[in-house]
Amino acid sequence: MDTMTYDYTEPVLSPKGQKMRDILADYITVVSHRLPDDVTKKLVELSKIEVDPLQRLIYDTMMENQMLAGKLKRPSCQDTGALQFFIKCGAKFPLLSELNAILKDAVYRATKQAPLRHNAVQTFDEFNTGMNIGDGIPSVFMQIVDDSADIEMYVYMAGGGCTLPGEAKVLMPGEGYEGVVRFVMDRMTSYGINACPPLLVGVGVGTSAETAALNSKLALMRRVDSVSPNKNAAKLEHLLEDGINNIGLGPQGFGGKASVMGVNVINTARHPSAIGVGVSTGCWSHRRGKINFDSDLNYDLPLNEGVEL
Amino acid sequence: MKTWHLTTPIADDDIKDIRIGDIVYLNGSMTTCRDVAHRRLVEEHRPLPIDVANKAILHAGPIIKANDDGTYEMVAVGPTTSMRMEKFEEDFVKETNVKLIIGKGGMGPGTQAACKKYKALHLVYPAGNAVYAALHVEKIVDAQWKDLGMPETLWSCQVKDFGPLIVSIDTNGDNLFEKNKIEFNKRKEAEIKKIDAQVKFIK
Ligand code: SF4
Repeated sequence: MDTMTYDYTEPVLSPKGQKMRDILADYITVVSHRLPDDVTKKLVELSKIEVDPLQRLIYDTMMENQMLAGKLKRPSCQDTGALQFFIKCGAKFPLLSELNAILKDAVYRATKQAPLRHNAVQTFDEFNTGMNIGDGIPSVFMQIVDDSADIEMYVYMAGGGCTLPGEAKVLMPGEGYEGVVRFVMDRMTSYGINACPPLLVGVGVGTSAETAALNSKLALMRRVDSVSPNKNAAKLEHLLEDGINNIGLGPQGFGGKASVMGVNVINTARHPSAIGVGVSTGCWSHRRGKINFDSDLNYDLPLNEGVEL
Repeated sequence: MKTWHLTTPIADDDIKDIRIGDIVYLNGSMTTCRDVAHRRLVEEHRPLPIDVANKAILHAGPIIKANDDGTYEMVAVGPTTSMRMEKFEEDFVKETNVKLIIGKGGMGPGTQAACKKYKALHLVYPAGNAVYAALHVEKIVDAQWKDLGMPETLWSCQVKDFGPLIVSIDTNGDNLFEKNKIEFNKRKEAEIKKIDAQVKFIK
């Protein structure tokens, strides 16, 4: 039997590009070992509201695990996901032309360093590249936002279990926001249970399947305790949060007082004849990092207080 | 909720009184076994190269470190969604006489039937706690079907106090997740009604 292989040669980067790659490889490693501050804080809160011994045992295990992962510098969950980057970049950021190569090589190196699981399977040829990179992995979503020389990026490890509930579709306007609610709620009881609750639920509303889907994923990049600037969207976040909590999935779906760490909605305009809706979920082990660079590659890590690379 | 400590080899008698919602800690032999290994055994009728009779399997794809001396070390391990194996599990239990099937989330009617007929349990390890789990793996004693790559290889582990494992299907064929699901769906409908009255944004 022929074994197929994935060709990858590390790119020749400028000295500055190498520096950025090395910082990112170190940061990806940190993201795999330690949850962002907003998630940790929320998990501590949720652990306190569960009273039954089974639920408490699960939360205790989670806390102990995160402590051990930090101490031993190991990936806290064995599924270190498919890597994704969500980027806002100024048009004058000096490494723009090298950026794709930098990101891919950073994942390649972090995979050995962390170590991360090999999670990239080439589709149709159906073989694991064994490097955790492949065609379109890492996935990079970029917006050029202004004329500055700065770049802001979210690093996300999309695990299998928490990726599975993802879905997007286009509703007829007659179905209204009630249709959005039904769509999200149904997904929670069918697939949410297996996505390792308590979940962060991202809801996207837009004009088509892919705008809604992308909005729902961007919603997972927002902090768990953040609130939409749109009044009605904020109201929906709140209603869904209470509603899903009252379903009572509990940690790992064993039942309990809470099901979610939060619900975040991101919305963009729609065609009068269509309402696109998408849902994405993040698991309790929501490994989402954020790193901001200026043009000299000075950086800060707003979600990881006290971390130095 | 009762707590049990089981040591392999496990006899039918050892697990007959264990009920859904109970907690188990495992000592002894546990082998990782997931999608392709199930398919090879059930569809291609290839015998499993590791004997799991009266022992445990774990639906998992671990992160393993290969040492220079040819031994392996468990870096991180945790369960993957068991439902993917549902299609094969009834035949798998019948063929192998495995006693504990450990994974994540619930399983379906095939596994229920197998647990009842052949006396086995499905249990859930709280997923995402991969370092905690890895530290309860004392040793990797064997690795087979390595051609499947790191996640799918059969890694045969010697474990100590591996858990907490929450029983999701017991030897009566009772199914914790199916029971919960009925309740969750009922509550969901009530919540949707409440929310719908407040989201009439299109006027
Ligand atoms: S859903 Fe998240 S916590 Fe659960 S196994 Fe997957 S990556 Fe890990």
